[in-house]
Amino acid sequence: MKHTLSVLVENKPGVLSRIAGLFARRGYNIDSLAVGRTEDPAVSRMTIVVEGDERVVEQVTKQLHKLVDVIKLWDMTNEEYVDRELILIKVHADPATRAEIMQIVDIFRARIVDIGRNSLIIECTGDAGKINAIESALRPFGLRELVRTGKIALARGQKQKD
Amino acid sequence: MSITGAEALIKSLEAEGVEVIFGYPGGAVLSIYDALRESSIKHVLVRQEQAAVHAASGYSRVTGRPGVCLATSGPGATNLVTGIATAYMDSIPVIAITGQVATGMVGTDAFQEVDIFGITMPITKHNYLVQKAEDLPRIVREAFHIAKTGRPGPVLIDIPRDVSGVLLEKYEPVTQVDLRGYKPTYRGHPSQIRNLAQMIKEAEKPLIYAGGGILRSGAHEELLALAERINAPVTTTLLGLGGFPENHPLSLGMLGMHGTPYANLAVQQCDLLIGLGVRFDDRVTLSVEHFAPNAKVVHVDIDPAEIGKNVLVDLPIVGDVRLVLEDLLGLVEEKEHPEWIEEIHRLKKEYPLTYGDGKSKLRPQYILEKLAELLRGKEAIVTSDVGQHQMWAAQYGKYVKPNSFLTSGGLGTMGYGVPAAVGAQVGAPKATVVAVTGDGSFQMHMAELATATENNLPIKILLFNNSYLGLVKQLQHFFVEGRYTGVEFTGNPDFVRLVSAYRNACGYRITKPEEVEPVLKEALHNGRLTLIECVISDQELVYPVVPNDKGLDQMIQFPGEE
Ligand SMILES: Cc1ncc(C[n+]2csc(CCOP(=O)(O)OP(=O)(O)O)c2C)c(N)n1
Ligand SMILES: [Mg+2]
Repeated sequence: MKHTLSVLVENKPGVLSRIAGLFARRGYNIDSLAVGRTEDPAVSRMTIVVEGDERVVEQVTKQLHKLVDVIKLWDMTNEEYVDRELILIKVHADPATRAEIMQIVDIFRARIVDIGRNSLIIECTGDAGKINAIESALRPFGLRELVRTGKIALARGQKQKD
Repeated sequence: MSITGAEALIKSLEAEGVEVIFGYPGGAVLSIYDALRESSIKHVLVRQEQAAVHAASGYSRVTGRPGVCLATSGPGATNLVTGIATAYMDSIPVIAITGQVATGMVGTDAFQEVDIFGITMPITKHNYLVQKAEDLPRIVREAFHIAKTGRPGPVLIDIPRDVSGVLLEKYEPVTQVDLRGYKPTYRGHPSQIRNLAQMIKEAEKPLIYAGGGILRSGAHEELLALAERINAPVTTTLLGLGGFPENHPLSLGMLGMHGTPYANLAVQQCDLLIGLGVRFDDRVTLSVEHFAPNAKVVHVDIDPAEIGKNVLVDLPIVGDVRLVLEDLLGLVEEKEHPEWIEEIHRLKKEYPLTYGDGKSKLRPQYILEKLAELLRGKEAIVTSDVGQHQMWAAQYGKYVKPNSFLTSGGLGTMGYGVPAAVGAQVGAPKATVVAVTGDGSFQMHMAELATATENNLPIKILLFNNSYLGLVKQLQHFFVEGRYTGVEFTGNPDFVRLVSAYRNACGYRITKPEEVEPVLKEALHNGRLTLIECVISDQELVYPVVPNDKGLDQMIQFPGEE
């Protein structure tokens, strides 16, 4: 099962490598990892999606907690939370297919952000389900290049407590 | 008054109460060595940097304070790696300080540049790459705090040469630490401790399984009180030896792969297994599925990540073992289990730890028994290397005081014994320090004889010479049908002559059992660096042996004399 962990870390050199190293060394699988600073510039938030059963995820969270640079972390999987991912897709588009692609873009409330001679760059945000759906909807036109940010997430309601 | 970064570093170390640094200099630590000249801190110059970490570890284990070691950048730093990993696996507080190329050169593959910060991430409790000299007092304070609190462990501080060389306006001491991500849990959860008291009340065959955590938290008195109060036998891990007096009737000695037969059998029979400061290591449990099959398992440890890692437990308690035991002792009542105690006596009688005849030829077990006899009642510290001799030292040493047996348990690092003895003797100048070693292990760090001589450290080196990497040979004997490969030494030196080449040092060779007692007696009292070579048979095996995939009751036992 996939778990979504929200991890507040000190914004210090080496933190990302500590965390990535921990996952690699202990054989945990990272599905995605997104990191950026928070309202406090000294603190970054990592959203980590990890695959594993309860026991593995328990070990992952305990091992993360042991890192001095990890301030707090939550397993949000069973909580109410909002999550988003951003995708940029460069899709093959000739005059014959352009209209159809634009229709798909509309349906997903995505945006066209660049037009080339034979391609379009499309930007879309949403949860993983939606992102997967737009990706497969556009696939038949020929995906040139694609980049996804990985999931970021925040718990709903009040600020998260321990 | 302005001071250099290096001086700020040394002042900060002095503020932590550091009295000695084990180190080896180089270009990237020039200013640190320069600052050391003016300091009250003594420097012990080792012969290879790995030995500096082992010495710091030995020093830490006997003094209870973090040991400090220092090395230059690049090869100096990488030579520390095995030592740091050794300390990490055994939860020993060590501060490793390394020089680094100047900040502007970092990342350019400069001369003697190596990313020791990156390299040691997985083998330190925490580490630092210092960016500004102003940060040094805070970082040193944090490093010591992290190293010695919670589950102890090594912390590395990597200092670029410009950071140690730069002039600071002034030195501002730091006394507080503010680490929002580091808050160990010390007190166990009261309701969990009540549950433990209840489980103890209900148990008919309780057994205590005590580890290095007892020594790290200083819980040996509480452990003794608990064992006596509830009448539970106590078995210790290799690292826990000395945490419970082995001359006590409730002591079962060591458990595990080469544990005593009665300890291993008792574990398989008990109905309550109380793990205190342990980690259910694979050398202890062997096959996890068959481990303590009849027992409810309790696990007390300060590191939450250890709980549930290797075995599922019925009752987890996160906390400092000493504090948890203190709370528990307020709750548990006296208990008797005459039948269980009788069963323990039967196991000890019917399944003793034996090696047969020690009188007609020279046997390592006999020598270690004699050593234990001669050290009894003395302030004595035994260190060991890794191999068969280590297991015999664990089995026959009869340790009664905490931190009187220092060995590399978690990593099993050959070469630990002699440098650890150097550090131990520096930390405990009055103690009798004996390094039990093998011909293989000794040769990994025999250069440290010079360190011992130079510092007038009268350590005793008890070297078991079987001309083999005995423990590996033993593995080949049992598990690859005696196909011995790469384990024989035909070029060993004359160890007695070798040690005699050092100033104020002497050597003895023992080949017969009747020489053991007189030679040991003389060696222990001669006040000099001494090596005692014991020439033993290469046919000796460590018994019992529990194969990896078997339960603890499936031991291969001593077969008796041929
Ligand atoms: C640094 C290191 N290298 C290799 C090993 C594997 N190893 C474990 S025991 C052993 C043999 C030790 O030989 P010796 O010191 O002579 O002790 P003996 O077993 O003969 O008593 C070896 C090679 C190790 N533990 N550490
Ligand atoms: Mg040997």
